[in-house]
Amino acid sequence: MLAALKRWALKKSPWVYHVNTGACNNCDIEILDCLTPRFDVERFGILLAPSPRHADVLLVTGGVTLQARGALQEVYRQTAKPCAMLCIGSCACSMCIFADGYHMAGPPDKVVREVDPDAFIAYVPGCPPKPEAIILGAVKALGAL
Amino acid sequence: MDLAWIVGVFVVAVLGTAVAGLVSKWIDRKVTARVQWRTGPPLLQPLYDILKLLGKETLVPRQARRAGFLLAPVIGFAAACVAAALLWAANIDPSRTLPGDLILVWYLLMVPSVALIIGGASSANPHAVIGASREMKLMLAYELPMLLAVLTSVVASGFTFNLGGLIQSAGAGVAGKITMAVGFIIGVLCTQAKLGLVPFDMAEAETEIQGGVYVEYSGPPLALWLLTRAMMFALMPIFLVTVFWGGFAGGAAGVATGALKYVLVVVLLVLIRNTNPRLRIDQAMRFFWYGLTPIAVVAVILAAAVF
Ligand code: SF4
Repeated sequence: MLAALKRWALKKSPWVYHVNTGACNNCDIEILDCLTPRFDVERFGILLAPSPRHADVLLVTGGVTLQARGALQEVYRQTAKPCAMLCIGSCACSMCIFADGYHMAGPPDKVVREVDPDAFIAYVPGCPPKPEAIILGAVKALGAL
Repeated sequence: MDLAWIVGVFVVAVLGTAVAGLVSKWIDRKVTARVQWRTGPPLLQPLYDILKLLGKETLVPRQARRAGFLLAPVIGFAAACVAAALLWAANIDPSRTLPGDLILVWYLLMVPSVALIIGGASSANPHAVIGASREMKLMLAYELPMLLAVLTSVVASGFTFNLGGLIQSAGAGVAGKITMAVGFIIGVLCTQAKLGLVPFDMAEAETEIQGGVYVEYSGPPLALWLLTRAMMFALMPIFLVTVFWGGFAGGAAGVATGALKYVLVVVLLVLIRNTNPRLRIDQAMRFFWYGLTPIAVVAVILAAAVF
């Protein structure tokens, strides 16, 4: 019962932390759009957390570059568990056109699974996904949690 | 002062303050949202946040001072609880308060800020240390005018140092004095700084030092901080209403007008927070020392001279 309460509370107030691991910045702009008055994700209790320690959901954009690899793994370790990860944009889902780049370490889900094989990861494809799509993705991911 | 009265008041006060604080937090977020043309969170959102954080993992940074880091939120919370009990006791029965409880409440209301400095400084994070140092400077800045403002009320009511006496003398016409109004306004501005609301939120500035003092907290300790902050968000308006505005005493009518005054103060704080940009720490210190302190000194002197 306690576990159910935990999961319910997590769904009611997911605080997000935004990690750019090598996106072109367009996905990041769409994420910021979600926080604007027009989309107002605070209605669902979603807040932008200032530190990964406060976060419940990591919003990862872009394929992981070799430089960002260690940083992403460190941020994932610093996030208080239970936490989820949302890969936003085609780059973060499948590497998109950067799949064969000499400087890429792989998609974020692979990089994070090296640290935690059971990480809860959801995907929102699109280049970039619309804010509506991001909100829908977040809601579906929380429903599946 | 029998034991049942003390325990009863303590339990009622802590629960009541926690509920009032969470509701005030919601008022804060909702009014902010409405000011920005948003819908805003549901009523129970602050409660959801705290429940969620209670269910999460506690992380302690490797280089942090473990005891200080984890004890600081407990100290802050405990102080807020005792302050709540004293304030509520004075409002429930003004004739039965401790002598000199104004001074005790004053110090207890200071403890959460001190605990915040301890917690930030022991978390081994440069952002948190900057936040702690700013909080310390801010305390030095606002405590002096706030003390003088409270002194205005004390002087105006014939040097009464207990809350019950202040409530009774405010009921007897002292609350109508001009100097009391000046003291109240200064008190509201200092409360803004004490609660870390926007023009004076440099200790936790999300956009520059990432939450400052709170940056390394996670899970239950963070939940305790949020609850303490919510309780302070209720206690400071109650304190202001009690000291300057006659409190909540006087049966059902007193409670109703008291609640109205309380909501007014909360909305005032929220509107100040929404219409101002963040100051730098030196600007804030100049504002409190050179701006408010002289006015407060004049108010105290005039209060002694029966204005
Ligand atoms: S998915 Fe498209 S918009 Fe997003 S980071 Fe990749 S290239 Fe940029």
